[in-house]
Order: sequence, then structure tokens, then C-alpha cells
Amino acid sequence: MLVIDCPFCGPRDEREFTYCGPAAPRRPDDPEALSDSDWVDYLVVPVNQLGPVWEYWWHARGCGGWVRVRRDTVTHEISRCEELAS
Amino acid sequence: MQKYSIVSLARNALTGHRNWRAAWRSPPLGSEYDVVIVGAGGHGLATAYYLAKNHGISNVAVLERGWLGGGNVARNTVTIRSNYLRDESIPFYVKSVSLYEGLSRELNFNLMHSRRGMVDVIHTYPKLREIRRRMMIMDIYGSTYKPMTVAEIRRRVPALTGGGPGARLPIVAGMLHTDAAVNRHDAVAWSYARAADGLGVEIHQKAAVRSILRGENGSVCGVETVQGTVRAKKVAIAVSGHTTILTETAGLRLPLRTFNLSAFVSEPVKPVLDVVVNCPDLGVYLSQSDKGELVIGGSPDPGQSFRRDIKQNVFEDTVCALLELFPSFKRLKLLRQWGGHIDFAHDGSPIITRTGVSGLYVTAGWWGGYKAIPAGGLTFAHLIAKNEPHPLIEAFSVDRFRRLEYVAETGTTAVF
Repeated sequence: MLVIDCPFCGPRDEREFTYCGPAAPRRPDDPEALSDSDWVDYLVVPVNQLGPVWEYWWHARGCGGWVRVRRDTVTHEISRCEELAS
Repeated sequence: MQKYSIVSLARNALTGHRNWRAAWRSPPLGSEYDVVIVGAGGHGLATAYYLAKNHGISNVAVLERGWLGGGNVARNTVTIRSNYLRDESIPFYVKSVSLYEGLSRELNFNLMHSRRGMVDVIHTYPKLREIRRRMMIMDIYGSTYKPMTVAEIRRRVPALTGGGPGARLPIVAGMLHTDAAVNRHDAVAWSYARAADGLGVEIHQKAAVRSILRGENGSVCGVETVQGTVRAKKVAIAVSGHTTILTETAGLRLPLRTFNLSAFVSEPVKPVLDVVVNCPDLGVYLSQSDKGELVIGGSPDPGQSFRRDIKQNVFEDTVCALLELFPSFKRLKLLRQWGGHIDFAHDGSPIITRTGVSGLYVTAGWWGGYKAIPAGGLTFAHLIAKNEPHPLIEAFSVDRFRRLEYVAETGTTAVF
């Protein structure tokens, strides 16, 4: 079980949160300017590695805020929890 | 290959079962093969078998990091079915289900294959609509979905006493998939291994592949293993969750994410459940094995994970969902649990494909690939031998993402 350090509520049980997918890179301002392969990479290819990934967790049963979490896919260790700027 | 029969069983019984030959050889690792298959799991071994049998390519090495059949082929819930949504998917799974039914005879190995219906128990109207949509498409391709009323579900599955009108989520309807089956996972891995070995394929355990090697012209020229370099002009990757780890050593990035999906079994009990029960709304599915154990699976751990254990909250959620439907199971003791890696492609459909790297082939994204083993092996072998996709897998090439032609699938193991 994960303990996610919500920037507003402090460390809370994973069960209060809903997982909302890998943290996506920012959508390119002008997709037309990208090569086809860069555009497809942006759309469909996530980081999938043995080690840390960035992901979104929504504190649905808590403050309702969104947290950007750096979590290790092998050890589950959470090294960063950041407030998701709106 | 030593043929198994009632005669061979009787003959070996007379000598105290001391003279059975090993089911496959363990030769020293050579330096060059026509084809190297990475991963001696269900898909890797089936591919090796069909390469040798259908295409006469037997100078093949299957390289396995751990032990044969110790990965996902041993870490699933042995459910075989074809209730998918897409025109591209259903014929593939129909083929796989029919191959499974003839496999015990073809491979001369008792897979303990047991055809039994699967009952989908539905609690929400959006899921009911989705599953009716699947029924319409499945009708076209000869897969079977039959609507069930709540009364029919209760008659078919007497142990299912929960989910009544006063429940948190009352059951609204069901669907019966008559083609579903279960069988014995070890037997699937061992029978393909034994048959492939009998046709000349070499299986090498404890031969972890560290990286894929590319020649000066960019095409594949072999793999680097812990036991040394092995050269081959064709390298086929069938490693499930670790696919991206391996393909990235050849500079190939794929639209895959790896998750942990876990399951557990109860102590053996007398026959209580003769169908597979699947409840997508609560997130639990179960069947009863020949030994009498209830085999229970739930939803995946939601975040990406390369772990093979079970997370406490995922486990508790699954048990709660189970007891909501089957309150009488609360006294069952649970014996053991396992987790496996499932790799999920961006659109939920498999990737079985040539790649931008000449000579490198990938089968991945199965997301519940046990049912797909025979057709997956058959079509992957065709692809490797002819360098052209088998008609059943034309839609599953990785190029579909370049063309933005997703095959968005909902019939996968556990949708979230």
C-alpha cells in the first residue's frame, strides 16, 4: 500500500486516491510543426522503465486536489509528491 | 519425442517410474541459430513449435531468463474465451479457442482442458450496453454471447447468493459465453516445449538476454546473453512485461505500459462452481480448478509496476467484491497468491509485428495473453518465417499507431 504525501492534507493512504495515468508531457503548441513520428510518440508512447516514473493521483476521497507523484515501478518508493499546478 | 499413452504409463509403472525420459533436452548454448526467440513462456514456446511444424524452421533457440513456464504462463487464471469487441480481435480469439480444444491430441499431452461457460454478471447499465455491443459483433464471427436474466444467473450459479435487490449494487443482468474453458497452465507450457524440442528446437533456461545486437546495416544480428553472444538474423521477443526494456536496447520504443495483475486460490473444496464467473463492475472473476481450489482474480494494481507480489489494498478490494457476490465464501481459507506482469498497449489490443529494425519481431501487449497462446504462436511463427503478417494479425502491427488506426478494445482481462 502506498502512502502519498498530499501537498494539502499530508501523508495519506493510497485508498483515498484515484490513479489517473502517467504524467503526460505537455501537449505541443503546434502539432502541425512536429514530424509524424514525434507526434505519434507524444500521443501513445509512455515511459515504461524499471525505475521512477511520473504519474497523476487524484485525492478523490480527500481534498479533491491532484498530485504529481514520482514513484518507482520496482520498489514502489515515492520520491516526490508535487501539487499539480492548474 | 517419447509418446505418452496408457501403454507407456503401464510400462513405466512396472519399473517404478524411474525410466521416463526428460520431456526436453538441455543442450549447451550454441553460437548461431536461424531464429532466436526470447522468452520460454506460452507465446515463445508456441511460436517455436509452429515455426518448426508449419514452416520447417527448427534451427531455433528459445532463451529464457528464469525457468521454462515460470513467467506469465504460470501467473494467470487459465481462462480461455473469445468475448471481445472488435472485428479485428474476435476472429483471432475464436481461432485460439478452437486450437486449444484440439491441442491435447495434437501435442500428445493432457492439458486437462475443460470447456465450461463463462457467466458475466452485470451490475450497471453502461456495462450492459457495452457487453450487448460485444454480443452483436461476436454474432458475426461465430463467438457466442447469450443474454441471461437475474433468475437464470441464480439458477446456473446457485452459490451466487449476493447482489440481490438490497445490495449496494444489485445485479441487473448477465451474459453467458458458452465457448469459455479452463485448462492446466503448466501442461500448456510443458506440452509446447516438449513438442518443439521433439522437432529440433533448443530450449535454454537461465539464459537471460541482456540486449539485442544490431549489425552495421542496422538490422538485427543476434543477442547478448549472460552465457555469451548468440548470433541470429531473426530475433523474436515474447517477454510480456519486459518488452520495452529489451526493445529499447535496439533503439525501439513501443506504446506499452507494464502493470501488475494478481490472483489467489483458496483451499480445495467440493464442487461448488462449474462455470467461470466474471464480474467486471465489481472487479472480480473466479472459477474452480479440478483440485477444487477457487481461483480468484481481481483488478490490476492501477499504476505501472514490475512487481510480482500482490498489494494489500488490491487484494482486500478483490476479496470484498468476491464476498459481495458469494457471502458463503467468507469462511474459505486462502492458500497462496501470485502476481504477473501484463503489458498494455495504448489501444488495449496486442502488438504482434515486424518492427523498424529489420529482423526484429515483437509479440506484446497481450494483457491477458493466456487464451491467445495457440493463435499467437501460430501467427507469430508465420510472421517470422514469411516476414509477412498472417491474415488474423494484420490489424495488430505496430504501424497502426503511426497511422492512428487504433483497435480500441474493451474485452481485455480487467478494464479500468
